[in-house]
Amino acid sequence: MPIHVEVVTQERRVLVVPDADMVILPGREGVLGVLPRHTPLLTMLDAGELRIKRGGTEEILVVYGGIVEIRPEKVIVLADIAEHSSEINLELAEAARRRAEEMMRKGPPPDEIAAIRQELRRAELSIRVHRRTQSRAGSVRIRDEQ
Amino acid sequence: MPNVREIRNRIKSVKNIGQVTRALEAVSASRSRKAQQQALASRAYAQQAWEVLVNVASQGGATALLHPLLQVRSNGQKITILLISGDRGLAGAYNTNIVRAATTFASEQCSPGCQIRWIVIGRKGRDMLWRLKADIVSEFSHLPPEPSIVTCGPIAQTIIDEFLTGRADQVFIAYTDFINTLTQKPVVINLLPLKPFQVESPLARRYIKAEPTATTQGREYLYEPSASEILDEMLPRFTQLQIYQAILESLASEHSARMIAMRNASENAEALAADLQLSFNKARQLAITSEILDIVGGVEALRGQAEQVVSQMRQEEMAVSL
Repeated sequence: MPIHVEVVTQERRVLVVPDADMVILPGREGVLGVLPRHTPLLTMLDAGELRIKRGGTEEILVVYGGIVEIRPEKVIVLADIAEHSSEINLELAEAARRRAEEMMRKGPPPDEIAAIRQELRRAELSIRVHRRTQSRAGSVRIRDEQ
Repeated sequence: MPNVREIRNRIKSVKNIGQVTRALEAVSASRSRKAQQQALASRAYAQQAWEVLVNVASQGGATALLHPLLQVRSNGQKITILLISGDRGLAGAYNTNIVRAATTFASEQCSPGCQIRWIVIGRKGRDMLWRLKADIVSEFSHLPPEPSIVTCGPIAQTIIDEFLTGRADQVFIAYTDFINTLTQKPVVINLLPLKPFQVESPLARRYIKAEPTATTQGREYLYEPSASEILDEMLPRFTQLQIYQAILESLASEHSARMIAMRNASENAEALAADLQLSFNKARQLAITSEILDIVGGVEALRGQAEQVVSQMRQEEMAVSL
């Protein structure tokens, strides 16, 4: 029995996978691996990667906060922000990181520290996921050749 | 028969009106496209969120006690309705339809002795309710043309307060669902408490929008970290989201309705101008014809006189010669 996964944000429907085998979520209380027939669960998301496994492939998304409803046959991710790994713009993310680091060095106004930190975390997360999906694509190819 | 100058003036004013309506049509067309995109983009999220809500709300007895927003009050005598209409008219039946739907629903839903309070968005709806002497408790008109979820914060807060302080046992939203450019449907949805809801009256049922059905088969949720923590964060946010989505749907509907109304008006203006042009031509032709008739008649009259004179003279001549 596969799981139907839907990832939506307020702006758009990011991804629908009707037949996933496993979903790995960044829950606020730790990473959560969801297999079919999971007991109904409602939890909050942290910033992190959301991985959806299906057959031999894996979809990776970056999510920042939100709410997840898990049912035995369905996972609904109501994310505040979500981005598919293929949509990450490395240059934009790196520029954002530089800007945030710059501001932290200069000593930002106290009421903006939290926002800047968050921005920095987001940029770093995007960059990390982007790097990893790129290198993983390479390793999959090597395995195929064997 | 109106005279030529009168008709010419009317043609001019009809054409002017046509120009105005065409301009309004173009403006509404671009606004409606934007509003549609916004409404459709967040629809997926809103629908999923609603489904999650219904699931949470349909949980057994214990959950109902977890959060005050899930609490059903048995008497249900005090109803508050959030009515979303437009600030401006010239949108066909848009404003009338939603107000009629809301007031019909209200009077059907209201058993004797119950109270209805209104919260309105939109000047037109407010004015119409005002005339019906309805009890309007607050107003949030003049929303920005492209509202964001933040815009809905104060509205949601007012409504949640209304419910939590017991001024309302039930809160509904009446808004216009955007189906496509030609079709918009006035609907009423149950906002608070977040509970599956029964409507008895068939007339009221016509307006109430079907809710998604619960799909957890009565199994209790696990909550991480804790139920109250999640519900505290989720329920107010989703309430706000439902309001936001209702506003977006209404805006898309309003602009589409106005676009269609203005297109019809432009077409009517064109048809009217063509009709008037025809009567103008007729009137002008009539004027010319009557002038010619005058001249010809004059000439004929003169000629008749001349002949009379001539025949008289002939008779006189004959008399003399005799």
